[in-house]
Amino acid sequence: MTPTSGAPLLEARNITRRFGHVQALDRADFTVYPGEICALIGDNGAGKSTLVKILSGADLPDSGELLLDGRPVQLGSPLVAQHLGIATVYQDLALAPELAASRNLFLGREMLRQGLLGHLGFLDRASMRRIAAEQFATLGIVLRSPDVPVASLSGGQRQSIAIARAAMWAKKVIFMDEPAAALGVVQTARVLDLIRSVRDSGIAVVLVSHNMPQVLEVADRVEVLRLGRRVARLDRSEATVDRLVTAMTSGGQEEAAA
Amino acid sequence: MSVSTHPETVVPPPEAASRWGAVSRWVGGGWIFLLLIALLVVFTVLRPGQFASAFNASTLALDAATLLVLAVGQTFVIITAGIDLSVGAVLVFASVASAKVMLFLSGAQGSTYGTTDGGWPVIAIGAVVAVLAGMVWGAVNGALIAIAHIPPLIVTLGTMGMALGSAQLLTGGLDVRAVPGKLVAYVGTGKIAGIPTLVVIAVLVTAVAGICLHLTRVGERTFAVGSHREAARRAGIPVRSQLLRVYLFSGALAGVAAIMAVARFGTTTIGGHTADNLATISAVVLGGTSLFGGIGTMVGTVVGVLIPVVLLNGFVILGIPPFWQTIAMGAVLILAVFVDQLKRRQRERA
Repeated sequence: MTPTSGAPLLEARNITRRFGHVQALDRADFTVYPGEICALIGDNGAGKSTLVKILSGADLPDSGELLLDGRPVQLGSPLVAQHLGIATVYQDLALAPELAASRNLFLGREMLRQGLLGHLGFLDRASMRRIAAEQFATLGIVLRSPDVPVASLSGGQRQSIAIARAAMWAKKVIFMDEPAAALGVVQTARVLDLIRSVRDSGIAVVLVSHNMPQVLEVADRVEVLRLGRRVARLDRSEATVDRLVTAMTSGGQEEAAA
Repeated sequence: MSVSTHPETVVPPPEAASRWGAVSRWVGGGWIFLLLIALLVVFTVLRPGQFASAFNASTLALDAATLLVLAVGQTFVIITAGIDLSVGAVLVFASVASAKVMLFLSGAQGSTYGTTDGGWPVIAIGAVVAVLAGMVWGAVNGALIAIAHIPPLIVTLGTMGMALGSAQLLTGGLDVRAVPGKLVAYVGTGKIAGIPTLVVIAVLVTAVAGICLHLTRVGERTFAVGSHREAARRAGIPVRSQLLRVYLFSGALAGVAAIMAVARFGTTTIGGHTADNLATISAVVLGGTSLFGGIGTMVGTVVGVLIPVVLLNGFVILGIPPFWQTIAMGAVLILAVFVDQLKRRQRERA
């Protein structure tokens, strides 16, 4: 019943995390395989956010281990995770609203010119704009203009830019927290298309969502958390809203599967 | 799904939607520059012989030079969504420290008036002291803002008082009135290729800072930090050291302006810089830099510095009471911020 398409890309084993009296994660497991869209779902307080924070380096577990490509890793900070090819698209997107799309793509990773000017810190704007345009084209993102401030673009376009930026720098896994939360129908469809084309480019996507129909529409596989533990792992073919809701609210699927 | 691979997928905006946008962008970005041109044209037409003379042009530029150097630092600070109220007081402190050191090195500590025979080495040391003194206050500002997270308005209001008080303590409240003669003769009133030396210094400082702001990584990160601090932090930009650098730079430029002021007046001017902070802030804001951070240009700041100077000069030449300048500037400043807000609102509607 558990799908195992080759070796896991990123794996969490027996993760425990406690905040005061709150046991956010209680021996939680989680697995992502290469080139898949894996949805991570669970009710409020199930531990999704804590798990994602730990997997993306924003928080440290009290105990348990993380494996990337089968090797144990320590994700001490988001930057360490980024260097290992793991990125997160936050719900608030974390874009600089006054800067244009291409400048946002290279935020913190600006390209410098060759030679002396580069050593003096001069930016290679032409190359950055070209590469940004290529990245947008590859992912099928259509912008009104790559040179207007991000704040003047629609919510869906901003979401697309945030995803394009993550896909540009993370070569292994991208975590997305409710990527279509505040979007209209058309824009949601575009963002879901974008998520598929990110997957098709070889990057695994972990989708954290409350939206069951959306999860069923786009995810290749679903993992369900309940009360800080993984309670179910379902293939797209076997996942239905009923089964997901049952797993989220009463658990027990994992034991049944084991 | 279809993945388009044509670079043309990044298309320019459709014309109908963009016309109003283009007009408002152009007007919003350029109207203050047009205002400066208009002022120059009006005053030239009304008093061609006096206003448009080489002498008057050089007077205008001299009046603007010191303020411009301060405003350049202020531009960086405001782009990070900060504010530096301490620039004038730091200028006073740096000029006092520098003048005292130059007086001591010239062996003329008793002098209370006139010029000393301090040579270029003494002047060079004096200039370095001024810049370092400015940087000390810049470091205090930067550390309290970037590391202790105290709001810039409060930090620089505090250091404004502290720097001015320290300067008065150092001198007992009296200006240091004896400075090296060469400093006054060659820098203060001297010319290079017919252009006042102070103006040359101000133009060089502005050009280098403008290149830094618009073409280098440090400049790009200044915008990023001001636009969205959390986004910059998550993107791996060292936000603290970037803020620290910006306030250090503003302090250093206050030091540069200090030695310029000493050279120009042949004395420190303890009481003469209380309005410099507001003058630079209004110049920077007039020039299109947003008080909310993330937006700004160095060219805009140059225009913003020149407008009040031209206005005052024109009023004096026309015989209009110069007090009208303050009134006009206040109105223009409010208008500038209003236009900035309109632009923002229009953009967010888009």
